Amino acid sequence: MGPFDYTVLVPSLPFLWTGLQFSVHLTLIAMSGGIVLGTLLALARLSGPKPLSTASAMYVDLMRSIPLVMVILWFFLVIPLIIGKPVGAEYSAIITFTAFEAAYYSEIMRAGIQSVSKGQAMAGYALGMTYGQNMRLVVLPQAFRNMLPVLLTQTIILFQDTSLVYAIGAKDLLKAADIAGKNYNRPVEMYLFSAVIYFVICFSLSALVKRLQKRYAVLR
Amino acid sequence: MGYNWHWGIYFDKIKGGEETYLSWLITGFGWTVAISLCSWIIALVLGGLIGTVRTTPRRWAVRLGDAWVELFRNIPLLVQFFLWFFVVPELLPEKLSLWVKQEMPAKEFITATVCLGLFTSARIAEQVRAGILSLPRGQRLAGLAMGFTLPQTYRYVLLPMACRIILPPLTSEFMNVFKNSSVAFAIGVLELTFQARQMQEDSEQGIETYLAVTVLYFICAFVANRMMVWIENRTRVPGYITAAK
Repeated sequence: MGPFDYTVLVPSLPFLWTGLQFSVHLTLIAMSGGIVLGTLLALARLSGPKPLSTASAMYVDLMRSIPLVMVILWFFLVIPLIIGKPVGAEYSAIITFTAFEAAYYSEIMRAGIQSVSKGQAMAGYALGMTYGQNMRLVVLPQAFRNMLPVLLTQTIILFQDTSLVYAIGAKDLLKAADIAGKNYNRPVEMYLFSAVIYFVICFSLSALVKRLQKRYAVLR
Repeated sequence: MGYNWHWGIYFDKIKGGEETYLSWLITGFGWTVAISLCSWIIALVLGGLIGTVRTTPRRWAVRLGDAWVELFRNIPLLVQFFLWFFVVPELLPEKLSLWVKQEMPAKEFITATVCLGLFTSARIAEQVRAGILSLPRGQRLAGLAMGFTLPQTYRYVLLPMACRIILPPLTSEFMNVFKNSSVAFAIGVLELTFQARQMQEDSEQGIETYLAVTVLYFICAFVANRMMVWIENRTRVPGYITAAK
């Protein structure tokens, strides 16, 4: 292979762009779904009836102790068996990441809920609020605010992890770079370029999170 | 649900071969453990060094350490594997490059170990730095006031404390190494995930295959956890509260 040739990057840009779009979509869907599911899991674990609480704890611990690649492979194998027809790698990836990230977000939300002082919840009950009102109006808003930087950091990790859909062949940024590299016979430039894109996105996001952390710290 | 269960699959012979599927799984388990332990050693040495350097008053060294951590933290692990496997050999001088590409023994294993080791070193560096910074300022000052040089202060005062404080986060990092080693399938290391995909395709008994592999990963995580907790209990700093497990 000759010296580096960066001219191949230009014609492959539209293709890489569609790949990046999928990575971003996957991240956003898994983030929103994961935070909602994760919060429910955390609530079930903290204040649900015993069987529900145990089940939630087991789910979270199970997901957290298996490598993500294996979880991706599991879902890709099992989902078609359950619904009885094949699903595309893209849909499978969306379901997998939502379910997987829910476990990690749930641990963050659990810490967040526990970080809200007990008096807050008690004051809510004293005012006659129900459990649901208390959570929705008093505890969760504070938990979210306390945990915002951690939730965002987890989302950056999630964005990096989306590259693992390579295992089932979904077309994300990395897979697009992989294919373009093979088409133009320039894999080295393509891998380098995708690394640069990932780095720029993740680095600027984490710098943003650091600034946010300073601005949104709750005054005590 | 048209799935044919066949639990005896582990002892069946692979298609067109003499080995059993069980031997594939054992090979995979061996490579997973080998990669994880070797890269853990690299990560501990490098991460400890870089994390320590990042707390010294040497400005340029701190910058270099920061850059190291940011570089390895902001690129997905899978992309890093590809960079080490496909890109780095191209950047080497011509003779070395040819040797690496054609003759280097256990090329996949070495690449994977270096990649995972450096990736983990950045994360350990972050924890070592946090551990040293969590010590009261007075400890460093006291060391220097006793007439210790800066290296002596680190050697006798700061590091012995910091190392013991950061053991709990190191435990989860050690378990992460085993999980992260699964990404090495992408460059063709014959570790567990690679074997899982291969066995699933060959035998078409996906559930049994993945179940066995998942259990093996569980065993790795469990043993790693127990080992670290054992070390933690023996080295706990008296008077410091550590989460009892």
